[in-house]
Amino acid sequence: MTTSDSIRIEKLCYSIGGRRILQDFDFHLERGVNRTILGVSGAGKTTILKLLLGLLEPDSGKVFIGDLCITGLPEAQFIQQRKRIAIVFQGGALFDSMTVGENVGYRLFEEGRLTQAEITKTVLEKLSFVGVEAALNLYPAELSGGMKKRVAIARALAADPDYIFFDEPTTGLDPIGVHNICNLMQRLQAEGKTTLMVTHDLATAFSTSQRFTFLHKARVLFEGSEEEMKASSIPEVCEFLEPTDRSLFYDVQTTHDRQPEQVELL
Amino acid sequence: MNVAAIDKILLIFFHGLQSYFTLAGRTVVRIFRRPFYYRECAIQFDTLGFSSLFICTLTGLFSGMVMALQSLIQLKPFAATSYVGGMVAVTMIKELGPVLAALMVAGRVGSAITAELGTMVVTEQVDAMRVEGTDIIKRLVVPRLIAMLIALPLLTIVTDVISVFGGYIMASGYSINPLLYISGLPQFMVFQDLIEGVVKPALFGVIIAITACYVGLNTKGGAAGVGAAAKQAVVLSSVLILVADFFMAKIFVVFRG
Repeated sequence: MTTSDSIRIEKLCYSIGGRRILQDFDFHLERGVNRTILGVSGAGKTTILKLLLGLLEPDSGKVFIGDLCITGLPEAQFIQQRKRIAIVFQGGALFDSMTVGENVGYRLFEEGRLTQAEITKTVLEKLSFVGVEAALNLYPAELSGGMKKRVAIARALAADPDYIFFDEPTTGLDPIGVHNICNLMQRLQAEGKTTLMVTHDLATAFSTSQRFTFLHKARVLFEGSEEEMKASSIPEVCEFLEPTDRSLFYDVQTTHDRQPEQVELL
Repeated sequence: MNVAAIDKILLIFFHGLQSYFTLAGRTVVRIFRRPFYYRECAIQFDTLGFSSLFICTLTGLFSGMVMALQSLIQLKPFAATSYVGGMVAVTMIKELGPVLAALMVAGRVGSAITAELGTMVVTEQVDAMRVEGTDIIKRLVVPRLIAMLIALPLLTIVTDVISVFGGYIMASGYSINPLLYISGLPQFMVFQDLIEGVVKPALFGVIIAITACYVGLNTKGGAAGVGAAAKQAVVLSSVLILVADFFMAKIFVVFRG
């Protein structure tokens, strides 16, 4: 495995308004190894995805897509590298003013390489893959939460990326919706896509990933396989896997650890 | 207030100022770069410009009428009521027309642009566009700037014409000879006044578009953040319009010699 087949973060620090979100964070996503980043709400999981995509600028440290260090580079200089990656945002982030078909074909329209007929064919293929081809001409406001996520997956697939990031893909879905999303992720992995998911949903994580990273208070507390995680003696990991009454105090403690301006926002 | 607090406020102010002018500069540069979003420009022109026609018509009509009414009261003791047409025209075309139309559009369109972009930011649609390889300034800011740059001068011309017509209605009600009203128009005006009346709204259009986009793209928080951003955009662009109007007037006075 060469570095061109991976995405990695080295010694990264990131803070918002004086609150440290990530401290000396190292991360390596190899092609073919599906990963999940776990942690309580507010642990900085989504921030990691945005840093990997170059949507946020770290305080220090480096982010590499393949061999290219994207930290400090203008966006135009790493757009080609970033096209290897797609993301499914937590709420879908579908464009309100466009139909489902236009959403899915957005990148293809922007690139302008394909004809209208070829784009339509690709869009229908991707919508069919996720099972919402009937929604082609609907607007996002007319879709249910589960359908929005599936359309977002279709949009992510349209440009045929190597890596797909999932930000809390099962949050707010009913059990059938969760099952459908897990099933889709497994099918994507079978087709050779590498997935990186951030979630606090353990069942989804264990059914779709081989490696797990556990974040706590801006640092990585655990990194390993499902078996290693379940056998871990780290108190925070044990508490996360099997919450007890102490968990009530866990949230309070987390809140107190934050800066006053953040507490006011909660 | 201690020195550290003043330092922090100044730092935030100048950082904001720098970001504002950086966005303005990048937007202007991107107007001339490919790809050109013609369809998006046309949609924005329709949404932001054409839909403001009614509000500008009303503004022009009533401001013209009130200008004529006040002028008639002032001119009557001097038996100079025949000059009312010229007074209405010169005031509306040079000053009130551009400023009132811009303030109306800032309230109506500026808040709409900020709310739309702010919602796109907080729902991660802007991030999604960036990941898809889109230049956000090119896709979201440039079409709005072009739309405002074309629409506001046109809306101002409509406001001016309607206001002169409103003055005419009011003057007719006070038994002023219509021919006297119309013949008074060129007596108070020179060609430069017409230029001034079109150049000003073009600049105001740039101010509204850039301010609304800047505030919208920097929206933080959820629904409350979007509301606060919309309010901020309207206040900021209104103040900037009035400040810019003064400096533009000063520049035109210098050119007039």
